[in-house]
Amino acid sequence: MTELIIKNACVFDPMQNIHGDIMDIAIRDGRVVESVRNSADVIDAEGFLTLPGGIDSHSHVCGTKVNFGRYMSPEDMRAGRTARRGKMHVTSGYYVPTTYGNSYRYSAMGYTTVLEGAMAPLEARHTHEEFTATPHQDMLANTLFDGNWSIMEAVAKKDEQRAAAIVAWTLAAVKGFAIKLTNPGGTEAWGWGEDITGIRDTVPNFNVTPADIITTMMKANELLRLPHSVHIHCNNLGRPGNFRTTLETFDLVPDLNPNRQTLYATHVQFHAYGGTTWRDINSKASEIAQAVNAKPQIVMDMGQIMFGRTMTMTADGPMEFNLHCLHHNKWSNHDVELETGSGIIPVLYSKKSLVNCVMWAIGLELALFTKNPYQCLLATDNPNGAPFVKYPEIIGLLMSKRYRDEEFSTLHEGTEQRTSIAAIDREMDWNEIAIMTRAGQAKALGIALQGKGHLMPGAEADVAIYPIKCREVDPATEYRKVVEGFQKTRYTIKRGRVVARDGDVIVEGANSTFWVNPSVPDEHNMAHDKEFVKKFEEYYTVQMGNYPVQDVYLPRGRCIGTEADL
Amino acid sequence: MLIKDVVCPFCGCLCDDLDVEVEGDRIIRVDNACTLGSSTMVGDHRLKNPIRRNGTRWEDTTYDAAIEEAAQILLDADRPVLYGWSSTHGEAQSLGVHLAELIGGVIDSTTSVCHGPSILAIQEVGHPGCTLGQVKNRADLIIYWASNPIDAHPRHMSRYTTYATGFFVQDAQHDRKVIVVDTRRTQSADVADEFLKIKPGGDYAVLLALRAIVRGRADVVPAEVAGVSRVQLIRVAEMCKAAKFGAIFFGLGLTMTAGKNKNVRNAIELTDELNRHTKFIISPMRGHWNVYGSNEVFTWMTGYPYAIDFSRGIAFYNPGETTVIDILSRGECDACLVVASDPAAHFPRSCVEHLAKIPVIQIDPHPNATTHICRLQIPGSVAGIDAAGTAYRMDGVPIRMKSIINTGIPNDTEILQKLYNRVREARGE
Repeated sequence: MTELIIKNACVFDPMQNIHGDIMDIAIRDGRVVESVRNSADVIDAEGFLTLPGGIDSHSHVCGTKVNFGRYMSPEDMRAGRTARRGKMHVTSGYYVPTTYGNSYRYSAMGYTTVLEGAMAPLEARHTHEEFTATPHQDMLANTLFDGNWSIMEAVAKKDEQRAAAIVAWTLAAVKGFAIKLTNPGGTEAWGWGEDITGIRDTVPNFNVTPADIITTMMKANELLRLPHSVHIHCNNLGRPGNFRTTLETFDLVPDLNPNRQTLYATHVQFHAYGGTTWRDINSKASEIAQAVNAKPQIVMDMGQIMFGRTMTMTADGPMEFNLHCLHHNKWSNHDVELETGSGIIPVLYSKKSLVNCVMWAIGLELALFTKNPYQCLLATDNPNGAPFVKYPEIIGLLMSKRYRDEEFSTLHEGTEQRTSIAAIDREMDWNEIAIMTRAGQAKALGIALQGKGHLMPGAEADVAIYPIKCREVDPATEYRKVVEGFQKTRYTIKRGRVVARDGDVIVEGANSTFWVNPSVPDEHNMAHDKEFVKKFEEYYTVQMGNYPVQDVYLPRGRCIGTEADL
Repeated sequence: MLIKDVVCPFCGCLCDDLDVEVEGDRIIRVDNACTLGSSTMVGDHRLKNPIRRNGTRWEDTTYDAAIEEAAQILLDADRPVLYGWSSTHGEAQSLGVHLAELIGGVIDSTTSVCHGPSILAIQEVGHPGCTLGQVKNRADLIIYWASNPIDAHPRHMSRYTTYATGFFVQDAQHDRKVIVVDTRRTQSADVADEFLKIKPGGDYAVLLALRAIVRGRADVVPAEVAGVSRVQLIRVAEMCKAAKFGAIFFGLGLTMTAGKNKNVRNAIELTDELNRHTKFIISPMRGHWNVYGSNEVFTWMTGYPYAIDFSRGIAFYNPGETTVIDILSRGECDACLVVASDPAAHFPRSCVEHLAKIPVIQIDPHPNATTHICRLQIPGSVAGIDAAGTAYRMDGVPIRMKSIINTGIPNDTEILQKLYNRVREARGE
């Protein structure tokens, strides 16, 4: 039995309505408990800001396209190099670091759980291999269904049950966590070098529209009683005027689940553009936030961009090609048979670019206009908007109007006319930041029940203690202390073990991978469905028997079982 | 016993539909495989136990003693190189990286002498690619450029391209056009609709001419480019633009001839250009069954796909300096661990001569040319035959290799784990 007590912690735990109380946190065998024996190890938190372990509900850190981002960027690898030291392996890279680089940096920032935003089912094994080499965070994988032929055929037949059954089979086979739709229908069109321009367009050869796919998948998701909702990257990413597509998509969302949202819209900054071209692009964050404020069944994340160099990578293949034609930098593409697409290009977000400045403002506006912080979570779509190491700066910007103004004064002068950021006075408090980075993330992902995002007895003992005297620091004026404090925890505790101290990882990690296995009645088991099996045999290039990810790839897999309502 | 859907451990096609009949610890029949795959599966020329050189003679040794000796060799070395890795599973490759990091060595794979230049090109301009099933289901135009699948990847055409029925290509032979580009007429060229015979060393010029034509500048192309007529080049460019989905597969004829990475860069940029007219992809024809896996594993662990030098404490990469051929030709390396490859059969003479002077440990199931210059050979089992593990197909699709017989021979991961533990222990960690 290992026991630990964190004393004198200044705790923010929004799910328990704890707002800055000085208290002790008792931990036994990796879980938070009511009390421990006197012989327990003691950490004195010295009144420092103490939060549940950070959760990133949308990040690209593992898998085929992330690794290809590394593969094609030796120039980035020179940026973040660290030597082997103690328990820490060598790391390389700034915007697409190695798996160890990602893991250590997330640990230093107090993050203990990360969701990989997009996993192609056919290549899931790769994602899981990288998960095991990302030792300090529990991992989850969004599973791509946007261009899935079997799904689109079920959608065309308006057969929600069949769509659900296909999702169930696939999630179990690839050890995935949730349904991801990236540019639904558009990735299939990209198989022919085309794209979709709106949610009512018809997908070539499949007689369905993105709206059909989204609607059916939201229902299928609930039929399977999945912990997370459908996780969508809307159509038309990065196009001026695309806020209309986003709002139309939001209009499709019914209220299907009393415990959480019905749709999670990711990196909404990239989907909140007004105007008609890059010349007249402007912010429509206010319209988007209004729609979200009116619909508790939608949760979004910011997709904040931060200035500097980074790599864009997404399953949205056509979008990446368009971006390539704009930037003329290197471009990689990787379409996955019967399932999805993907693309990768490097970008530089510059303060000299009015478009980039507008993008920067939109992300912040989304967060600041959204009334309920449970509905707008903090993320950069790492590394698309910025590498996740920028999160502390974003926290600073959300907490301090003065910091925003200082930044704003360095931007392209046209930013003021295109955005409202300069006029927003709201400054977030510690509790709101804790929601946007922990409680809200856990609730939206549906993993609060797994003991994530809070510190109630029974919770996983994932705790981050930041060197910030939160009762003494005024974030509005002392934002530099906030930014620095969030960059490096005093202690990061993962499942009851101190894994990082003052930025250094001090133990070899032992993460878990959470995956979902929906139980469906026999008549909905796709393994016995002749049409489904035939599709495999004829059109995939791997045998159906070789497709599922074997248990050996999840040495510490944590299966969440659900009983489907089929 | 018949085992179905076995994955073939020969080439980058990684065919996973083999039917294999086993009797006890022997494979007696293989169906669906090509002759290269079949002979790999049923071949029986493996070492039974580790051997070590004693003067001019070989003597048998135990795994423990061999691992101890190997650990000492690596511990004594100042500039160890860990080379090979393409014919072993990813789990072993991963341990290789950890070992190289621990001893401050260099880790490099056979990529260095095959598609290394392709990677350099990709690092310059990217890689518009896809999985092989996209090609099978959609492509109506296939180009084999400086590659000869009939000899080197015998099932590539039937599984993925020329003869493969796909969702949108129901009558493959009729619906698909095939273009072969090479310096000589190969068997693959014989089945092509169009054959471009290029003078040796002319690939770069021909690619450039095609790019110009696709861009609408046929007027700048001379009447003949490296032995190919402008008329034919224009015809080929029009075929490409008219295709709904085109796929270029290129081989070592592009990467290892004059121009090297610049040839590949040019081919990628042609593909990029064609995407402004239609859908086009390009893919290297990777040779060893898991050479691409070594690139993947090295990349997620170190940030670089091959030729990684840990001697500075950090991961350092500079092809031309940290590549195995360069290190050997400079005579730098003072111990070499060769895993699942045969450098003595493929490296330049001067490099092999240097290898013969230094302690070489080989982890490989088969005696081969490298055996003759090594001090110690430790046989492991073979992924896909008597070991399980991960491999990456030439298009990046990861597949689980099965263990279909039990020979009791330890696999490469087990051997390397013991070696790693021993080195770590000796260094007091």
